[in-house]
Amino acid sequence: MAKIVGGINVTHVPYIGRAIANNLQQDPYWKPFFDGFPPVRQWLAKVKPDIAVVIYNDHGLNFFLDKMPTFAIGAAAEYNNADEGWGIPTLPPYQGDVDFSWHMIDSLIEEEFDMVTCQEMLVDHAFTIPLELFWPGQHPCPVRTVPICVNTVQFPLPKPARCFKFGQAIGRAIESWDSDARVVVIGTGGLSHQLDGQRAGFINKEFDLMFMEKLISDPLWVTRYSIPDLVELTGTQGVELINWLTARGALLGEVAKVHANYHVPISNTASGLLCMESV
Amino acid sequence: MNTGRQKRVIPGTTIFDGDVARKGYALNKMCFSFNSAENRAAYLEDKEAYCDKYGLNEQQKKAALSLQVLDMLAAGGNAYYLAKLGGIFGLDMQDVGAQQTGMTKEAFKAKLVEAGK
Repeated sequence: MAKIVGGINVTHVPYIGRAIANNLQQDPYWKPFFDGFPPVRQWLAKVKPDIAVVIYNDHGLNFFLDKMPTFAIGAAAEYNNADEGWGIPTLPPYQGDVDFSWHMIDSLIEEEFDMVTCQEMLVDHAFTIPLELFWPGQHPCPVRTVPICVNTVQFPLPKPARCFKFGQAIGRAIESWDSDARVVVIGTGGLSHQLDGQRAGFINKEFDLMFMEKLISDPLWVTRYSIPDLVELTGTQGVELINWLTARGALLGEVAKVHANYHVPISNTASGLLCMESV
Repeated sequence: MNTGRQKRVIPGTTIFDGDVARKGYALNKMCFSFNSAENRAAYLEDKEAYCDKYGLNEQQKKAALSLQVLDMLAAGGNAYYLAKLGGIFGLDMQDVGAQQTGMTKEAFKAKLVEAGK
């Protein structure tokens, strides 16, 4: 059966893509962020995943308000990145794994998570930037991928308790696949930030650090909060942290922290990085 | 438009729910079109005509043409899509944040740095 080697949660701000394109990793503004990644890359070199399941939210590249799925999954042989309108370089295609995607679809729907299935799917910065951070400059990316997209755009969003259960179902889907593949689960977005309104620039360091700690020791802690609670505590886009919670759920059981980093600000965002493995 | 449901009030914050999504559909759809370089160029060519093509109402059109983010939000805009319009004019998130909070860009950036301490 396929094996989950661990999980990595990380922020996905578009400007990171520009910083990478301009080689600004050692620039004083960016250094505290980029310096978080070498330990994660070393861990990846050690655990050698074949496949990355990437849980993220689309920002209006593949999905628009005409059709907005709560949970969607890719089932394509290849996923293309494309122009998002911000002048960030478009990255080369990512390899999929159609057999694995369909196994996951069968398993998730059997568990009553009624996925929207996508045989074509554009992947935006929330998918590409984390992979670029973990495997810098490696094109094509050295892992096959399955994108899983969670709606964080149009409310109501799936509530935290539901996301955690969804993550657990993802974990069981991975572990029930008849394959010797090694799988890493990646959750992207957050942490606290708010782009819109008079409260723009809102950051909540205390909550973010508590969330990162609890994600290791007591992931159900955050399920006490509703989505509006999380908007209040972490900002209108900080609520993307439900992707971190979903990825944590997929790790099924106890985990240990491999590495963590937290730095404010990257653009308007509190940036977080949390690498976990099962114990 | 208001369904009468009880809503959570968070100061300085709009929850982009069904009511707002319905209200802002045309504006957001126009912004979504700016993924295409060709459409971005067409917008710059004739902004008003482009707004009309997407069926923006007067409030939305005025807000979009003025690039006032709070006005665009009031007209139903969503931050993720509005960012594509801002991108055409090279506005970054600190420009947008400063504009909405009535601060200078430098003061807004300093506020972000302070939040990390």
